[in-house]
Amino acid sequence: MPTKAPSAPRKARDIQVVVNEQRCRSCGICIDLCPEKVFIAEKPLLKAKVVDLPACTGCRLCEWLCTDWAINVVVK
Amino acid sequence: MTTVQKAYKPLPMEHYIENYAMMPAVDDHFRYCPGCGLGLAQGAIVRAFDYLKLDPSKIVTVSGSGCYAVMGQYIKAHQFHGPHGAGAAAATGIKLANPELTVICLQGDGDAVSIGAGHFVHGARRNIDITVIVFNNFVFGETGGQGGPTTPYGTKTETTPYGAIENSFDICQLAAGAGATYVARSTVYHAWHLTKCVANAIAHKGFSVVEVMQNCHELWGRRNGMPQASQMLNWYRDSSITMAQAKEMSPEQVRGKFVIGEFVRSDRPEIGEEYAKLIARVQKKG
Amino acid sequence: MGNEAICEGAIAAGVRFYAGYPITPATEIAEYMSRRMPEVAGKYVQMEDEIGSIYAVMGASGAGARAMTATSGPGIGLMQEGIGSAAAMEIPLVVVVVSRPGPGAGDATGSGQCDVMQARYGPNGDNAVIALTPSTVAESFWLTIKAVNLAERFRTPVILLTEGLLGHMREVVDLPDYGKTERVERPRPSGPPEKYETYALHKTDEISPMADFGSKYRSVLHYVPNHVYGGRTGQDALKFTLNHFHAKIESRRDEITMAESLYTDDAEVLFVAYGTQARSAHEAMDRLRARGKKAGLLRLITLWPFPYEQVRQAARAAKVVLVPEMNTGQVQGEVLKALRRHPAEVLGVNHLHSDPIAPEEILDKLTGVL
Repeated sequence: MPTKAPSAPRKARDIQVVVNEQRCRSCGICIDLCPEKVFIAEKPLLKAKVVDLPACTGCRLCEWLCTDWAINVVVK
Repeated sequence: MTTVQKAYKPLPMEHYIENYAMMPAVDDHFRYCPGCGLGLAQGAIVRAFDYLKLDPSKIVTVSGSGCYAVMGQYIKAHQFHGPHGAGAAAATGIKLANPELTVICLQGDGDAVSIGAGHFVHGARRNIDITVIVFNNFVFGETGGQGGPTTPYGTKTETTPYGAIENSFDICQLAAGAGATYVARSTVYHAWHLTKCVANAIAHKGFSVVEVMQNCHELWGRRNGMPQASQMLNWYRDSSITMAQAKEMSPEQVRGKFVIGEFVRSDRPEIGEEYAKLIARVQKKG
Repeated sequence: MGNEAICEGAIAAGVRFYAGYPITPATEIAEYMSRRMPEVAGKYVQMEDEIGSIYAVMGASGAGARAMTATSGPGIGLMQEGIGSAAAMEIPLVVVVVSRPGPGAGDATGSGQCDVMQARYGPNGDNAVIALTPSTVAESFWLTIKAVNLAERFRTPVILLTEGLLGHMREVVDLPDYGKTERVERPRPSGPPEKYETYALHKTDEISPMADFGSKYRSVLHYVPNHVYGGRTGQDALKFTLNHFHAKIESRRDEITMAESLYTDDAEVLFVAYGTQARSAHEAMDRLRARGKKAGLLRLITLWPFPYEQVRQAARAAKVVLVPEMNTGQVQGEVLKALRRHPAEVLGVNHLHSDPIAPEEILDKLTGVL
C-alpha cells in the first residue's frame, strides 16, 4: 500500500508558488484557471492561497495571468 | 527584421519588474480594477522590452485618455500623457524629431479608433516607425462603460442599453487597409503569444499595430453575462482561432471568434527614413 | 511677405520642426517651411488636420525640438484642446494665427483681428496665455524669434497673432546673421537622474527644468494639472498647479509685456492700437499732431498678458482714448478695465469685415469729441 500520494510529474526540483498578499486583489483568476487547483480563495478577503503545492506542475499560468503581478513561481 | 523566433526562456515576473517596471507604492495597487486585462497586457509589454534589451531612457510611451492611460506610470520609460486621441499624431512628432527613440502608443479602442481614428489612419498611411498597442475592451472604460466603435453588435453597454445596433470596426483590417506594415492580434489570455507580437511589432520598422483583446469584466462583461475576469479569459481562450484554422472554417463558424496571429508583415517607405533621404538630397543640391 | 518673414524668424530662432495643415491665409507658412526645413536639416510634416498638427508639435517639443505650427481662426478653434493641454503639460511651442474674419468660413482671403479673445480664452479652463502681435513685416520676423524664446523660457505655448493683411504684405527686411540670433534654451535638468522629477516645484512662480525624451532624465509630460511634487494631494495639488500656471507668467510680466509708446507723455488724445491697425492709428496721430493737437499712440506688441499698466501710464494726460480694431471691441474692453478709474472717454472704431480702418475713419470718430 503506498504511504505517500503521488505528486505531479516534474523533474526532481523544488517549486515554490509565492503569492504577494499585499498585491493580490482577489480577482479569482489564478484560483479559477489553475489546471491543478493549487489555489483557494481564502476568507474573508478571498485572496489567493496556495493549498496544494504538490499538485503544481510549474506551468506558471498563474504567474502570467495574474493581473496584479502578485504571483512568483520559483523553480529551483 | 528581427523576430522572436529562437527559443526564449521565460524568466520569473520579478525579473521583468526589476528591469522595466515602476511599481506603485507599497500600500498601493495598479489603478486598474482587480482582474483587469491591462495588468496582463502591461506584463507582455515589459517582457517584450526585456527580450529586445531596450534602453529605458530611449523609450517613450504615448497615451491619451482612458483606463490604460496610467500604464506609462508603471513602465520605466519617458511618458507623453496627452489629450484623448493624441496617440499617433503626437508619436509622429516625437519620432520625427528624434528617430533614435522607440515610440510606443498605448491606446484604448476609443482613443485609437474613435476620437483618434483620423490620426491612426494617417499614421498607418505614412508608415511612421512607431508601435501602436490597442487595448480593445469593447467599451469606454474610464468614463463608466459606454459603447464605442468596437462594441460587438447586440451587446449591452451604458449607452447601448438595448444592445448595440451599430457595426463595429475590425481594427486589424482598418490598420492594414490604411497601410500599416505590421498588424497582429492577440488576447491577454495568450500571455506569450502577445509578448511575441509586441516584441515583433517594436522590432518592425514601420507602423506596427497590435490589437489586444483585453477583458473588462467590470463594465462590459458584467452587462453581458461574464462578470468575472476568469470567465472572460476562458472566453478568449475558447474563442480564439488562428488564421490557418479560420481558413478551414465557414464564415458562420468564424463569426464571433477572435482570429489571432500576425496578419501583415511588409515593407513600405517609412516617412522618417524618407525624410532623412530628402534632407540629404536637398542639402547636396544646395 | 509677412508669412515668409515669420518662417525665417522661426528658423533664426532654431525652430527645426513644423507640422501644419493648409488654411488661408496662413498656407504660405506651411509651403515655405516645406521648402526650408530640409535645407536646415529640420523636419516638416503636413498632418491630417489641425488637431494632428498641434499634437505632433507637442510631441516634437517633448523630444527636445523647437516646434511651430500655423493656422487661421477656424484652425485655432480646433487646436484649442492641444494648446490648453500643452499649457497643462508645460510644453514650449509656438502657434502662429493669421487671422481672418469669422465666424464660419468668414472671409478666407481677408484679414481680421477677431481672434484676440480666442487666443486668451480658447482652451478649457481659465489659464494664463502669452500672445504677441506684430505690425510690420520686419516685426513679424523679430517677434517670431521672441515668441520662440518666450515659449522656451516659460515652458508654455505662445501665440503669435497676425493678420491676413500682414501675412500677405511685402516689405523689406534686413535679415541678421542667424548664427548670432539670441536663442533662449528651456531650463534643462542637472544632477543625478534618479533624483529628477518632472514638475518639481516648491513655489508657484518657479519654472521646472524640462528633460528631453531620450535623455537619461525620465520625462513624464502629463496633461492632468496636479503637480504632486512635495507630497501634495487632491485639491491642494490642483490649486498649486493652476495657480502656478498663472504665477510663472504674471510674476515675470516685465519680460513679456511689450508696448511701444509714441508721444504719450502729454497726449490728450491717446490711440491704443495693435497689428496693422496701429499703422492707421499712427497716421491719424501724425495728422493730429500736424494740426497742433496733442495726440499719442500706445502700440501694443504683447496682447496677453494684457499691458494694463502701460495703458494707464500712456493715458496719464488723456481726455479721449480711441481703440481702432477689426472686431467689436476685444481690446477696447481691456483698455476700459485698465482705465476704470480714469475720467477719459474710451471710444472704438470697429470693423468686422476685411477692409482695414482708414485714418480718416479714425479722425471722423474724433470730430465732435475734440
